Amino acid sequence: MNKFLTSLKNLFQPKIQTPGEDVSEYDPSADTKELEKTTTPIDTKSVGYSSPHINVGYGLSAGKQRNHNEDAFFTLTTMFSFNESEIPFGLYIVADGMGGHKNGEIASELAIRTIAGTILTEIYTPLMSLDPQPNELSFREIFHNGIEQANTEIISKSYGGGTTITAVLIVGDQMTIAHVGDSRVYSVDSGGNMEALTRDHSLVKRLQELGQITAEEAAVHPQRNVLYRALGQGEPFEPEIISSRRPETGSLLVCSDGLWSIVGMDGMRSIIKSGISPQDICDRLIDAANDAGGPDNISAIMVHFS
Amino acid sequence: MGAVYRAQDLRFKVEKIVAVKEMINQATDPEIQKTIVEGFEREANILATVSHPSIPTIYDYFTLGTRSYLVMEFIEGDNLEIKLQQRRAPFNEDEVIAWAIALCDVLDYLHTHEPEPIIFRDVKPANVMITRRNQIRLVDFGIAKTFQTGSKGTMIGTEGYSPPEQYRGEASPAVDIYALGATLHHLITNQDPRTEPPFTFDERPIREANPNISVAMETIVNTALMYNPPDRFETAAVMRKAFIALAQQTGMLEEEISVAQATQLFQDQSHSPIWTFTCEDEIRGTANYQDGVLYIGCYDHNLYALEADNGNFVWKYAANGGIVSKPAIYDNKLYFGSTDQYVHAISCRGGKKVWVQSTEGAIYSSPTIAEGHLFIGSDDEKLHVLNILAGREAWSVNLGSRVRSSPIVAADSVFVGSENGEIQCYDFSGNIRWRTAAKRAVTASPHYYDNVIYITSLDGVLYAIDAKSGWVIWRYRMESGSISTPTTHENHVFVGSTDNSFYCINIKSANKVWSFETDNQINSSPVFYKGAVYFCNVDGMVYSLHAGSGRLRWKYQTEGSITGSPIIVDDILYIGSTDNNVYALPT
Repeated sequence: MNKFLTSLKNLFQPKIQTPGEDVSEYDPSADTKELEKTTTPIDTKSVGYSSPHINVGYGLSAGKQRNHNEDAFFTLTTMFSFNESEIPFGLYIVADGMGGHKNGEIASELAIRTIAGTILTEIYTPLMSLDPQPNELSFREIFHNGIEQANTEIISKSYGGGTTITAVLIVGDQMTIAHVGDSRVYSVDSGGNMEALTRDHSLVKRLQELGQITAEEAAVHPQRNVLYRALGQGEPFEPEIISSRRPETGSLLVCSDGLWSIVGMDGMRSIIKSGISPQDICDRLIDAANDAGGPDNISAIMVHFS
Repeated sequence: MGAVYRAQDLRFKVEKIVAVKEMINQATDPEIQKTIVEGFEREANILATVSHPSIPTIYDYFTLGTRSYLVMEFIEGDNLEIKLQQRRAPFNEDEVIAWAIALCDVLDYLHTHEPEPIIFRDVKPANVMITRRNQIRLVDFGIAKTFQTGSKGTMIGTEGYSPPEQYRGEASPAVDIYALGATLHHLITNQDPRTEPPFTFDERPIREANPNISVAMETIVNTALMYNPPDRFETAAVMRKAFIALAQQTGMLEEEISVAQATQLFQDQSHSPIWTFTCEDEIRGTANYQDGVLYIGCYDHNLYALEADNGNFVWKYAANGGIVSKPAIYDNKLYFGSTDQYVHAISCRGGKKVWVQSTEGAIYSSPTIAEGHLFIGSDDEKLHVLNILAGREAWSVNLGSRVRSSPIVAADSVFVGSENGEIQCYDFSGNIRWRTAAKRAVTASPHYYDNVIYITSLDGVLYAIDAKSGWVIWRYRMESGSISTPTTHENHVFVGSTDNSFYCINIKSANKVWSFETDNQINSSPVFYKGAVYFCNVDGMVYSLHAGSGRLRWKYQTEGSITGSPIIVDDILYIGSTDNNVYALPT
């Protein structure tokens, strides 16, 4: 059997646990006491295991004060199940475009086309081919290349336009988040605890962190919408790309500032807690932003793991 | 937006080359267009009254439709941004001081301009030209900015060099002083502030990025970069004086001696070994410890048992070859390989032979024990799996080249590297789960943490690999190859390299948190212990750094090079050196 296919099969092998010992904590440089512990014979009894389920909801609104929508989003969820193995694959992207005329829309659309195209070509297609070969590049490098390409595309095709980009890639157990600008990813655990996984590349946010301006000043700062990183600018920039384990349960919320800056964390948390499905949550999140005046375009993707 | 043209003034009979800067008026509203042109003409008129050797002369200006033009002195040379890109390394302190003095001088001239001070507002490497005669020219006065129309909604603004108060709309001489500090910081560290979060210079200490910079230079630049304007230099003239004093300083050498003396003093006081033990040949391996006894292999063919408290000899066991392998300890027995091709199992008490099992090659790999089996690599190109009770071989698998990497067992799998540049993963029956190719040999051992394998290769890359699938999550490029085995603590992975540097990398972002430069290759694997990291280099130096900041806590010089790794038990670090000695050092 092809070696890579073998590797794919092993992605979702049943998790085996040692009684009283977390195997994942194994440390080769541990002292001898720990070494002895790891050598306790392993009772290979598998724990209850079921395939991961990913449910997705999404929504987009121009808001109430703008006549066009510069936000764009992309979602793709697949499950490849074969020979007692499963590979969940998910890609969720939000882009918040900016710039006069049509340039904001063009920029956010270009960003999503380029980045989703890169990920699907470089990761998804190899995964699904008859002779699967892992890409020589790492997830991080593939994302990086995609974002750089998107940046080049926007500079050449969307004069003066720019966009934020926040993308979440799920492959097997791994989650990679690529981020430029002030769209956000939140993780929401099953207990309703909410945490931002991305850090805004916003000037005012940074001034506020430094204590140079207060939260009140930040809210009315003339440059409150100024990002220090965005796609489509000529200046050199470095996207933030972070990798970690994907959540086994709970949700991810990917959204533009038209949602988070208007509804706020508390508002979003209570909607998520009381929502009946990811789609219901997204609909209500967008309604809440519009009820609060809808001053900006709003986009939201809710990804639920179970 | 616009361009700069190299043009010839045809009114002169000789060839007179000028620069023509074109600015495009992008405003659509005629009123705003007019305001922009007025602003441009006002600035051009101010510039026409300015006369300083570091400022290009303005000859003329005019507006044609939506485009305005400024005719000025043509400067042959490159700006500092381009020079830095070409150089790909920080500039030397001496070069930068000369430019800094000239820049302070021209800023002082502008700030004291009558009737109104002129604030440049946009000091950055791209706006500083270096002529062929190494003179500076400050170009691109705020004029271009007049043409940038503001727009509502989410906007882009990457300044990188501007101080916080500039975003409150303040423009005072202190703005230029900060931006000059930011520019100099970029030049001497080669860290582009536009790729970093704004106002984070204090998080990126200059001398950490470039240890060749003097403390005095760092202090001057840091003073210019203070958040609060009153904390910076009062005027550009004062800053200029500081640079002149630094340039004239001949006492810099004295300072270095005193730092060295202080280090020596500190070292002597707190880092004399608790004990040393001398073997008959070089020690290249790593020790292990159990119940007050230290076990370490030596090239004199012996495995020594020493009292950990005082280094007293307990017993030794003679193999027929050198011992590099770190002994594994299980059930009061020691397990290790030797260059005599055998895996040895001996009793901890007395060092009596329990069993030996031969492989067909020298053994440099260290064993790991799990599930009643011992896993070890050999130069016979195999990964051997032996039953620990009898030493009988359960299975072995040929990896296609020498296996000097030490296997590890985690998440129901065995992970190991090989000299042909592969990282391989097997199940407990010897079936391959995955293999991932590096570009050169993998001599280091894998480190497992939270479903990820961290490993280095002689290709100079630190790999983070998904333990289940073998997919590469990220790669971090070092300057040259590594055989150092990484270790992790919380969100950080620590590793050394033959590029002489020791790295701390964030495991989520794959960004360098800090690095520490030593004078020679680091083949030793690091140990994390109580907020500090410990490692050694081939100069024979043992280092202890603060894990958070990478600052040196202490270092200790042994007399030979060190290839093994320290182990730490109860606040005491044990290390063997090729000077034949085992050292016990306080942590």
